Amino acid sequence: MTRALKYLALLGYVVFLAFPLLWLLSTALKTPQEMAALDPTWIPRRPTLANFADAFAEQDLVGAGLRSLVVAVATALITVALALPAAYALARFRGVAGKIAIGWVLVSQVFPVVLIIIPLFMVLRRLELVNTLAGLTVVHVTFVMPFALWMLRGYVRAVPRELEEAASVDGAGRLRALAAVVAPLLAPGVVATLLFSFISSWNEFMFALVILKDPEVETLPLTLVRFVGPEGVARLGPLAAASLLATVPSLVFFAIIQRRLRSGLMAGAVKG
Amino acid sequence: MTAVAERPYGRAGGGPRRGPLSGSGLTLLLPALVPVLLFSVGPLVYGILLAFTDARSGRNTETSFVGLANFVELLSDGDFWESFRIGMVWGLSVTVLQFLASLGLALLLNQDLRLRGVARVLAVVPWAMPPVVVGLMWRLVYHPDAGLLNGLFGSDVDWLHDFSLALPAVIVVGVWTGMPQTTVVLLAGLQNVPRELYEAVSVDGAGAWRRFWNVTLPQLRPVIVAITSLDFVWNINQFSLVYVLTQGGPGGRTRLPMLFAYEEAFRYGFFGYAATLGVAITIVVLAVLGLYLWRQAQEGN
Repeated sequence: MTRALKYLALLGYVVFLAFPLLWLLSTALKTPQEMAALDPTWIPRRPTLANFADAFAEQDLVGAGLRSLVVAVATALITVALALPAAYALARFRGVAGKIAIGWVLVSQVFPVVLIIIPLFMVLRRLELVNTLAGLTVVHVTFVMPFALWMLRGYVRAVPRELEEAASVDGAGRLRALAAVVAPLLAPGVVATLLFSFISSWNEFMFALVILKDPEVETLPLTLVRFVGPEGVARLGPLAAASLLATVPSLVFFAIIQRRLRSGLMAGAVKG
Repeated sequence: MTAVAERPYGRAGGGPRRGPLSGSGLTLLLPALVPVLLFSVGPLVYGILLAFTDARSGRNTETSFVGLANFVELLSDGDFWESFRIGMVWGLSVTVLQFLASLGLALLLNQDLRLRGVARVLAVVPWAMPPVVVGLMWRLVYHPDAGLLNGLFGSDVDWLHDFSLALPAVIVVGVWTGMPQTTVVLLAGLQNVPRELYEAVSVDGAGAWRRFWNVTLPQLRPVIVAITSLDFVWNINQFSLVYVLTQGGPGGRTRLPMLFAYEEAFRYGFFGYAATLGVAITIVVLAVLGLYLWRQAQEGN
C-alpha cells in the first residue's frame, strides 16, 4: 500500500518537473495554425522544424551566440587564471588574510546585485566600457570570482600535502613540485571550475541587460527576450525553438559534471 | 594543526615554509585579491556610500551627500512598501514550498524505487537551464491562447496578467526552478545519516513516521538550516526570472524589490535611491537570517 503511494508521489514529481520541458519541445515543433487551435495538443500533428529556421531569420541568433561565447570563454579563462593561485594560497597557508578572504566570499553572497551593479556601471561608464563585451566580461569575472575561488580551494585541499612534500624531498623546487605533482591531480577541478564559470556567464541576464544597450552587442539571453515583443505579443514557435538551442550548452555541462555534483562537490559543500 | 607536526619527511631547512601566510603566499593571493578588491569589495562599499547621496544617472550631474534623506523617503514611499511586502511573500513562500517539495523528493529518491533514475535526471534539469529560458518556457505554459494550462482546465485565464493570480503563478515557477539545488543538498544530507541510528530505533519498534521525526529530521537539521538560509537569500535577490515572466506586472503585483530597484536606477536614473533600497533589503535579509539562525541554534542545543 505505502509502496504504491510512494510511486504515486514520485510520479507526481516527475510530471511537475517534466511537463514545462515537454511543452517547450512541443511548442517548438508546432505550426502556427496548430498553436492557434483551441484545444492544445501534446504531440504536434504535423511536426515542423520551420520554427528553428524562423528563429534564425528573425533574430541574429548566430551573432548573439558568438558574442555570448566570446564573453563566456574570456570570463572562464580570466576567472580561473586569477583564482587558481589565490585558491592554492588559501588552501595551503593559514593566516588572517586568508580567513578574511574566505569570509568575504561567503558574505558577498548576501548582498543584492543591485548594490554592485550601480557602482560598477558608473565606473565602466567612466572607462567607456559600457555597451562593450569587454565591460560585460569584467563584470562577469567579478560576479563569478567568489564561487570559483571557493570551488578551487576545495579541489586544492583534496590534493594530499604529503605528495607535494615528497616531491620537494626528492630535490624538486616548490614550483617544480607544483607542476609535476599537483597540476595533474588538480586538472579535473580546474576543468569543472572553467565549465562553471563559462555557464554562469553564458546564462547571465541582469548585468547584460544593464550594460549592453545596442542590438549589435547583445548576448544570447537578451536576444531571446526579444522574441517577446514590446507589447508582450510573442512569436511563440521561434521563441521556443531559440530557447531550446540556448539551453544546449548548459545541458551538456550538467551531463558532464552530474556525478560530481551529486557526490564530491555537494558532500564537501554540506560538510564544509 | 601546526605544519611541523604533519611533516614526517621534513628535513631541516629543506622543505618549503609553512605556517602563517608567508611572503610567497601573499604573492599568490594578490592576483585574486586585487580584482576582488577592485571589482567586488570596492563597488559594494561604493554602492553602500551611494545610498547616502542623491546620485543621478546623468553624466555631469552634481552629486552631494544627503545623509539619511533617502532612507526617510523610502520609509514613506508606498510603492516601496508594496514591493517590499511582495518580496517577503515571494521570498518566504518560495523558500518554504521549495523546501517541503524538495524534502519529499529527496526522501523518495533515497529509496529503492523504480522511477528513481528518471526523477534524478529531471530533478537536475531546471538547474541547468538559463533563467531567461525558464521564464520564457513558463510564459508558454501560462499563455492564455496557446498555453497548456487553459487547454488543460478548459479555463480562459490570463495567468500572468491577472491581478490576483500573477504572484502565485510566479511563485510556482520559483519553486520549480529552485528545487534542484535544494533536493541535491538534502539528498546528500540524507545519505550521510548513519544507518545504525535507524537500526537502533527499529529495534524499539518505531514506525516510519517516528523514524523520520526522531532520527532523520534532527540529523538533517544543519543541512536544512544551511540550504533554507541560502534559498531565502537567493529568492529575495531574484531578478531575471520574474523580469522575463511579468516585468513586475500587472500593476506592480509581482514587482519584487530587485525589480523595483532596477527600475529606479536604470529606468528613472535615481542611482542613490536605488542603492538605498539595496541597503534596506540587505538589512532586512540579515535580520531575518540572524533571527532564524539564532532560533535554530537555540533549539539545536
